[in-house]
Amino acid sequence: MTCREFVDFLMAYLDGELRGEGRRRFDHHLERCPPCVAYLDTYRTTIELVQTICGHPDDPIPADVPEDLVAAVLAAREAPRS
Amino acid sequence: MGPPVAGLRRSAILPAHPVVAYRSMAREGSSPSAPLREAAEADLLARLRAGDEKAFEELVRLLGGRLLAVARRFLPEEEDARDAVQDAFLSAFRGLARFEGQARLSTWLHRIVVNACLLKLRSRRRRPEEPIDGLLPEFLADGHYALPAVAWRNDVIAALERDELRALVREALERLPGSHRLVLLLRDIEGLDTTETAQALGISPANVKVRVHRARQALRTLLDARFREEEP
Repeated sequence: MTCREFVDFLMAYLDGELRGEGRRRFDHHLERCPPCVAYLDTYRTTIELVQTICGHPDDPIPADVPEDLVAAVLAAREAPRS
Repeated sequence: MGPPVAGLRRSAILPAHPVVAYRSMAREGSSPSAPLREAAEADLLARLRAGDEKAFEELVRLLGGRLLAVARRFLPEEEDARDAVQDAFLSAFRGLARFEGQARLSTWLHRIVVNACLLKLRSRRRRPEEPIDGLLPEFLADGHYALPAVAWRNDVIAALERDELRALVREALERLPGSHRLVLLLRDIEGLDTTETAQALGISPANVKVRVHRARQALRTLLDARFREEEP
């Protein structure tokens, strides 16, 4: 397996969909290729970063909904449906 | 702002009654205030069903801010995000009789707001996207990396406490082509599986896998220079 093939199969590996001979070749390559170890680790970290950022308590998530949005929702609810 | 997203199919809407909790809702569920919020939601639901007029406004105040944050991830234009939240509340109110209470009210509304965002994206005229290829790793003819990957600092996640780095990740997300960012949002942030994401977007599961893999690789490339370990 080459590094290019390793990267191609990376998602299938992480999703547990790589089995049999393909999985054996993947693991074999991973044991011997430091750049692919780094690629796998940083790929995983990228996913974790995005998931963390979108749930970070200090993200710009307003504690309170903007008043004008509350007013707009309430007004729209009162308005007759078109 | 990122480009609009193409490829959404009108008939492809997420189920109205979620059977999966969204990943982002699961994170919220682990916060100390979650039990209080859950109790507040249960009380609101009972009052809404009893026709209590004040309950709807309280619902908007309780969940509006968080739903607006969700909408902003999908719709960079503030006006669009607010419209989606408004549409979601109205849709939820009209569909309250169909809410069977298997999920939390907030989880149900979260899914409705995501649907509202998808509908809004669907209404956009398709525009050409920047190709993602330039953000994917390059390989030599023999299959080796043109630029071998190196490890990142081991404190990357902890470093997100800094505003500057959170902004960096958000900006990287916004730089992804719209069709790739949307798949990443649904799969990696909203927690839909491949089949659900494919159904929501009206594309094949194979296409979802290709796009999410490319989106992750592109994001990795965008973040790589900042998070690499220092050279010895």
